[in-house]
Amino acid sequence: MPPRPICDAAAPQFTTGNIPMPNRATLLKILSAVLLFGSWEIAGRIPVSFAFPTFLESMEALYRMATDGTLWAAYAETLQPLIVGVAISAVLGITIGLWVGLSDFFNWLFSPIFIVMQAAPLAALIPLLVLAYGIGLTSKVLVVCIMAMPVIVLNTASAVRNTPESMKEMGRAFLASDLAIILKIVIPAASPVIFAGLRLGISAGFIGAILAELKITPTGVGDIITYSRSIADYPSMYAAIFSIILLAVLFLNLLEKTETVLFKGNQRGYVSD
Amino acid sequence: MSQTNAPPAGVGDLPESAVSTRSISKNYGAVEALRDLSLEFPRGQLTSLLGPSGCGKTTLLKIIAGLLEPTSGEVEVNGNKVTGPGPDRAFVFQDFALLPWASVIRNVAFGLEMRGIAKSEREGIAEHYIKEVGLGGFEQSYPHELSGGMRQRVGLARALSVDAQVLLMDEPFSAVDEQTRRKFQEDLLGLVANENKTFIFVTHSIEEAVYVSDQIAILLPRPSRVSEIIRPSGFRDKGADNIRRDPEYLDIVDQIWASLRTYVE
Repeated sequence: MPPRPICDAAAPQFTTGNIPMPNRATLLKILSAVLLFGSWEIAGRIPVSFAFPTFLESMEALYRMATDGTLWAAYAETLQPLIVGVAISAVLGITIGLWVGLSDFFNWLFSPIFIVMQAAPLAALIPLLVLAYGIGLTSKVLVVCIMAMPVIVLNTASAVRNTPESMKEMGRAFLASDLAIILKIVIPAASPVIFAGLRLGISAGFIGAILAELKITPTGVGDIITYSRSIADYPSMYAAIFSIILLAVLFLNLLEKTETVLFKGNQRGYVSD
Repeated sequence: MSQTNAPPAGVGDLPESAVSTRSISKNYGAVEALRDLSLEFPRGQLTSLLGPSGCGKTTLLKIIAGLLEPTSGEVEVNGNKVTGPGPDRAFVFQDFALLPWASVIRNVAFGLEMRGIAKSEREGIAEHYIKEVGLGGFEQSYPHELSGGMRQRVGLARALSVDAQVLLMDEPFSAVDEQTRRKFQEDLLGLVANENKTFIFVTHSIEEAVYVSDQIAILLPRPSRVSEIIRPSGFRDKGADNIRRDPEYLDIVDQIWASLRTYVE
């Protein structure tokens, strides 16, 4: 029998007016950025508060810090606990999450720890961490991990637990070993939710890194924020905050791209939808 | 193979069994799903398991597949006792059970991949079966880009590509639309005739069972047991187009409905 053509594959891309879909998405992004920064500029010019600089002032401060090297020196400092903490959280978090999802025993053992970790008021616990681990890198990495790990573990575990039963059964019927079922079925099936957890965890890790610099010792970007505030250089303070948000957004976009490349067909949900 | 219509197991002139189940019982806690069920599945033929919902057809099929363990009794495939899934059986799932992140060709080659066959070789075999089920040109598509019927063709190609002697099909056409189902049923007749395989086919559709089967085992529920074995034979050689208006076909459909209707709420 000849293959039947599928309608939507052959259909032209959806269009609105004369603007094709992908361009429209970019256009909307630019529009929303213009709106946001425009209202920031207006709010700064009114001004809503003496301590609230305009968008252009902040960008100017950002440019100044980037050219005189302050910003890069600060990031060299801040990125250490951030990268180490996020890497540990991602690797350990996904591994523990897999265990917790696959075995009732590990679920019993670990789940409560991470639920407590997620709910704990971290800022209040920082003095305890400092007491135990000092004011060095260890404490800051721990703060990042405590922020980032629980959501990664809990998301991974629930995704693994919800792998469609018929897919696992299919694996067994076609002679997959237990390891192959985990690697070729459970993990890819859980990947959308694992990646969602990673995105949430990594954003929380960014918050953790700055929190650690504000609460433990003022270094890096946290130092710029604290110092600029103390001398009322608000444009520099907002420039630092803006730069860390920008970095987080860029990083999360990169993560999303990775996911798209790794698990292409997953974008459109499961077959048994 | 021409046989006369011999309702309850007239074993005399049957070909040897590829699969036999011996006094299979299966309990889920206190619930008895199957009780002392024995059945023979002749080699090279298609046997349907037909019965009202909840009669344990799928349970029996999964026990034969080795996916479920019977509480007592045993299954033999080609004389070997079944202890788990094996290379001699392949399964076609009701909900297709495709991997959504994998292209059609990777899905079809999955069974071969698990058997440790090299990538180029398994893709060659997969390509062959993708063409055979009529999906040539869709090798690189993803399941979400295919219609329900095409997805089940992928499931079928996956089961065919591992070249198992026994094909287990769990209501394979129940999730596709009526017209596609008819086409599938015709194609299945061709497969049974051309591939030298034994098919075990679970269905709840009486017409479908009579249309495609060499042997129909009617299961009655709670606990499930074989009530009747029917071997339609008169209309097999008359061509796929003529089966549905053959008097014998219509009689058997009526006869089965008469015996099942009291069990349908």
